[in-house]
Amino acid sequence: MNEEKDSSRAIPVTVIDYKAGNLTSVVKALRHLGAEVTVTDVPEALATAERIVLPGVGHFAATRRLDETGLTRAILSAISIGVPFLGICVGMQWLLTGSTEAPDQPGLGYFQGKCDRFPEDSRNAENEKVPHVGWNRIVPRSDPPTRLFHGVDDNEFVYFTHSYRVPTTLHVRDETGSLENPTAAITNYIQPFAAAVEHENVFGVQFHPEKSGTTGLKILNNFLEFKTC
Amino acid sequence: MLTAASKTTLTRRIIACLDCRDGRVVKGVQFVDLIDAGDPAALASRHAQEGADEIVLLDITATHEGRATLLDTVQRTARSLFVPFTVGGGIRTAGDAAAVFDAGADKVSVNSAALANPRLIASIGNSFGAQAVIVAIDARRSAHASDPVGNAHVFTHGGRKDTGRSVMEWAQEAESLGAGEILLTSMDSDGTRAGFDCELTAAVSSAVRIPVIASGGAGKVEHFAEVFGSGKADAALAASIFHFGISSARSLKEELIQYGIPVRLPC
Repeated sequence: MNEEKDSSRAIPVTVIDYKAGNLTSVVKALRHLGAEVTVTDVPEALATAERIVLPGVGHFAATRRLDETGLTRAILSAISIGVPFLGICVGMQWLLTGSTEAPDQPGLGYFQGKCDRFPEDSRNAENEKVPHVGWNRIVPRSDPPTRLFHGVDDNEFVYFTHSYRVPTTLHVRDETGSLENPTAAITNYIQPFAAAVEHENVFGVQFHPEKSGTTGLKILNNFLEFKTC
Repeated sequence: MLTAASKTTLTRRIIACLDCRDGRVVKGVQFVDLIDAGDPAALASRHAQEGADEIVLLDITATHEGRATLLDTVQRTARSLFVPFTVGGGIRTAGDAAAVFDAGADKVSVNSAALANPRLIASIGNSFGAQAVIVAIDARRSAHASDPVGNAHVFTHGGRKDTGRSVMEWAQEAESLGAGEILLTSMDSDGTRAGFDCELTAAVSSAVRIPVIASGGAGKVEHFAEVFGSGKADAALAASIFHFGISSARSLKEELIQYGIPVRLPC
């Protein structure tokens, strides 16, 4: 795989290639921010990963390959020892228990909840198009503040392209056993949905930070600078 | 606490188009203070900084040598571009598309090759996702039909050759084959600077569920307000508009806000 490196900051990042779309843009943006990017499609490489990015465009069913290759188990074990993880688009959706896009394919189940398709029926009163394509506003959570959106103002714009969405009603059990909602930012399209999630060292964004101008680069940079306590 | 955004804020997109031949921009938006105003990489990054929501690079090179130059141009242009980047012109096979994606494009635009071989749409979409495939349609109204807009035909060869195909049907077929967006150019309006064909754009936009990008005829800010209003366009392609006293995408957008059009102002 491509071994081009930028040594100016050299934050090692492992980008997972599971043959779901194009990795070029994500890798390029991370390198632009000074990351030392390794692209891998084998679970062994995750044992030493210091930071993991799971991109993904396309169909939820493509995540089946993560199970088949053993990457799912390797990701889970990296997450459990505190390795910062960022899922982008389908990579975020995969953190849930599943998606109605591929009912037979389970997600990682890190967050309790399921993705579903934007409604095209009466709940879509303005008859807005599905897919949701273009620049839309994000409203980051302010209390407690998110780490991913540090320095990002309310109502900055990011670029989305998707037909399935993550609900704002997700939950995850924290260390004391109580339920927490990991929603880190909300966007409204037809109805409000989760544009981003974060819990401990696990992050997900529905939009494409690598295609969202300076706002997107700020968000990726926050991920690169995040340190597990 | 989370504050839900009060209403939908999906913005209308302004897409800057660069026509390139042999690696040089031959038509499109120029900036007087750019040292090399024909360099696609410099122009694309300048447009993105000034508020263009996306960049389209349309290759009008006809030669084989030029195709190799294109990949190099795409690579250079993509290097410091962090907004969606579409490449079109001369993409005839899934392999052509893959090479352009490898070089750093996020989407490809296919036109006559998709007409000749509609399976091309699915074959690119299966590997790179539907969002990565834009089907470009060059359309003309059928002036003598009882419904000139509804019976508009698809043209090729720069608007000279009538394929006999219905624009509405082709747009719907492209959608069902897995196109992510439609780039609709009105060959009647193209180059006139008299405004987009809003009726045609609205008809296509209503016929499909995927976004429609309007192209052809932009001459002033009002034309964009019209095509986003009555034209029901999701995005509009801009090239020569910037020659008419509008210096940047930002100033175009600032004026569009006055018309009540939701747009993204870059920070």
